[in-house]
Amino acid sequence: MGYPHPIHPRETPVLSQHFGQAAARTYTGWVERGGYQALRKAIGMAPDDIIAEVKASGLRGRGGAGFPTGLKWSFMPKDDGKPHYLCCNADESEPGTFKDREVMRWTPHALIEGCAIAQLAIRADVTYIYIRGEFTEPYHVMQRALAEAYAEGVLGANALGSGKRIDMVIHRGAGAYICGEETAMMNSIEGRRGNPRIKPPFPAVAGLFGQPTTINNVETLAAVPAIINRGAAWYAGLSLSSPKSTGTKLISVCGHVQRPGTYEITLGFPMKDLIYDLCGGMRPGRTLKAVIPGGSSVPIMTPDEVEACPTDYEGIVAHGSMLGSGGMIVMDDSTDLVYQIMRLARFYAHESCAQCTNCREGTAWTTRILERMLAGEGKQSDLDLLLDLSDQMTGKTICVLSDSCAAPVVSGIHKFRADFDACLSRVRPAVMAGV
Amino acid sequence: MSNELVSVTIDGVLVQVPKGTTIIEAAKHAGVLIPHYCYHPSLPSPAVCRMCLVEVEKAPKLAPACVTAVAEGQVVHVDSPVAKEARKAVLEFLLINHPLDCPICDQSGECELQDFVFQEGRSGSRYGDYPKRYAPVEDFGRDILYVPNRCILCTRCVRFMDSVVGDPVLEVYERGDRAYIGIDTEQLLDHPWSGNVVDLCPVGSLLSKDFLHKARAWDLDKTASICPGCTQGCNMTIDTRDSVVVRLRPRPNLDVNRHFMCDTGRADYRWMNRGDRVEAPLRLEGGRLHACEWDTALARLAALVLAAEGSIVVLAGGRASCESIGWTLKLAGDTRRAAAMKVPLGAEAAIGNIPNLALRAERAANVEGARVLGMTASWTDAVAALRGAALAIVLDVELDDGDVNALNQVAQVVHFATVPEPRLQTVQLVLPVATMAEEQGVYVNCDRRAQRFLPARSAPGMARSAWWVASQGWARGGDNRSAPSTASEAFGALAPFAGLDYRDLGLTGRAIDVAVAGAVA
Repeated sequence: MGYPHPIHPRETPVLSQHFGQAAARTYTGWVERGGYQALRKAIGMAPDDIIAEVKASGLRGRGGAGFPTGLKWSFMPKDDGKPHYLCCNADESEPGTFKDREVMRWTPHALIEGCAIAQLAIRADVTYIYIRGEFTEPYHVMQRALAEAYAEGVLGANALGSGKRIDMVIHRGAGAYICGEETAMMNSIEGRRGNPRIKPPFPAVAGLFGQPTTINNVETLAAVPAIINRGAAWYAGLSLSSPKSTGTKLISVCGHVQRPGTYEITLGFPMKDLIYDLCGGMRPGRTLKAVIPGGSSVPIMTPDEVEACPTDYEGIVAHGSMLGSGGMIVMDDSTDLVYQIMRLARFYAHESCAQCTNCREGTAWTTRILERMLAGEGKQSDLDLLLDLSDQMTGKTICVLSDSCAAPVVSGIHKFRADFDACLSRVRPAVMAGV
Repeated sequence: MSNELVSVTIDGVLVQVPKGTTIIEAAKHAGVLIPHYCYHPSLPSPAVCRMCLVEVEKAPKLAPACVTAVAEGQVVHVDSPVAKEARKAVLEFLLINHPLDCPICDQSGECELQDFVFQEGRSGSRYGDYPKRYAPVEDFGRDILYVPNRCILCTRCVRFMDSVVGDPVLEVYERGDRAYIGIDTEQLLDHPWSGNVVDLCPVGSLLSKDFLHKARAWDLDKTASICPGCTQGCNMTIDTRDSVVVRLRPRPNLDVNRHFMCDTGRADYRWMNRGDRVEAPLRLEGGRLHACEWDTALARLAALVLAAEGSIVVLAGGRASCESIGWTLKLAGDTRRAAAMKVPLGAEAAIGNIPNLALRAERAANVEGARVLGMTASWTDAVAALRGAALAIVLDVELDDGDVNALNQVAQVVHFATVPEPRLQTVQLVLPVATMAEEQGVYVNCDRRAQRFLPARSAPGMARSAWWVASQGWARGGDNRSAPSTASEAFGALAPFAGLDYRDLGLTGRAIDVAVAGAVA
């Protein structure tokens, strides 16, 4: 549903159908809504069958990268005698993204159920749910739900009376954006500085505490119970365009639309309809200027690109951006793109973990150049410099934070050149003497 | 690392290296230095400086050479336009917040940032007139200052204290370009091996207070040597400026000290610069010591030894070389009463996580050398044996009052001296000898590894190596005796080292048990 708005008839509410219902947060309320049936079913299944089911559903990572979930689970070694871990990435810190927050606020048991099924599939000993430090309410809701799940015997030494052990721990972040990067998150859980690690080794080989680990996003895991309940074929059939993009996706829309909120669409839903129909379109008298479709790290789209773009993994790539986390930022013609890009760059400069030279220095330098442009002191040559810096910040570092800083800069300069030219030609404001 | 070899081509040079070798190490075999900052062969690689990015054919993006293992048939380009452009960018990024205060920086001249920027950086800055990051100088305690403005955050110091020393007091604090290296509150960088962070720092960010503003790097002469501080035998470099020793630094030897040396060894060089040296042979005549020529002194030495044969005690200091000990023992003859080396003791201090590397309890360099050469008595026994001895030969020892009292009971004392010892009352002859910093020689460390050291400065006045003095005295004591003419000969003539010369030892030494066995075969 387009929480906080009522469900729009064109939405496909799977994850979001109980959003806004306080009762769904409780164990009883959740069971009344069909909760924990999937877990009961999964307990009776062989781990490889669970993985096969998820593979067949076509479910892909909802955190941003879009990696096929079943395939990721199948990378986990079998019978290696080592402890395995599942990490649930609930560090949703991508600017513009607030879908996992709603999942945790309204349907905490869906996430716990999804984690439990995934834990069985990858034969994990413990699930760590890493919740973003700023998520106070979701943290408390999750904590209450987890305590309830243990008290009701859903989790623990004898999960749902099956004799199987399922354990979960909530770990709270301390507010660093980079801890949403999966390897930085593992460092953070281990009590180290949240710096991304070099890959290889990949987490499935040596992850949390050096043991085989799978990291999945909240929305990905929360989608698993429905797949187990209703079958892979049903989920795979939820697709309006590319057969590689199946199921539903929560899109959190913010910015200059009439009804910002979290909407659940079938993948492939026209982006234009999402903005103009579900979200009610632009404010009166305003026209669409730019869309960041998948969280601040993806390239900015123009209205032309939005026009025929299906909202799915392949479609958005074909139209010049990425689905990313599904955090959509819509901007109308009142927006100065140079200012918006500076705000994004400033965010990345603030959040760079400081490991890699290109990112540490590049994000800060990019911010300074943009700030100076906005202060009316820019030069034409600054644009070339920005593009050159962005080039050296892309594909050169351990993680993609610096690429994420470069993406809006590069796409902004290429697609919204007029804003930059206007900024550069702006007369420097006169400085009053003595002020 | 396995025994299996893989072939890789690096900048057109085909090399074979063991499977698992990183590109950066394989490149060394191809004669290519891949510029780097965070990588260090004795530390884990974090691949954060992004300086060692190289182009690997068929790879989608540039690969960090420090963590990428070579693969069979791989073709690597270090000198390609793309790789060079990437390095140029990293250098530019590193410089935007670097103060460029090279004229007042101790690291200048041996700074890796300076070197690589000079080699392939931009000539001008595009950064313009933005202010650079500023943070005041921090005192990390004991010998170390941290200058955050110059820091390039390679984290070598952090990793050294964490994984090598096991005392993780340093960490990166803050984020983004505000990051700096911080030390735990209430902590000091005072581990006995912490001084190594100064050498590890590729720029002038971690500085030794002891060396602060003493010399410019290009004014220094560097001499390969061995630390005389304990039986570990860390390989070191003696840095001299105008023949004054200003700094001791570790010299890499993967079998002994890897890239490190302890703070005690590092700080112990002031005695090398002492000005109150004995500069001419002195002989006793008319109740006073008079300067004389070497010929006169050596003849007197031979006569004293002949007269006292069978009743001689040899006392050596811990810094005496194998050559000096061996030839002094030969001079004293097999019928000597006793011979011992004075070995001060201290607390052992291990580096932490490198096996068999520690500041050893025996604070003398050549304890094993003395042992294999036959100097087996304990110091106490040797001092006791002075009672009733006819002659004592003292080989550059730091004597305490007890030693002096015992020596004063002996009728005659010959002193091989670096500095005067006015407390000795029965000295017949004072023979000026060189310190270990002024001569060539060999020490045998606690693992019986024979290691050479070279002269870093010239000996003052007429001072000569003790082995030369002893061998000349010995040659004058009988017919058909010929003294060695070089240090290498003096070394090879000693029984435990028979058949070896300095070339066999190289500059990183050799285990002598093996060498002795080889010589016998």
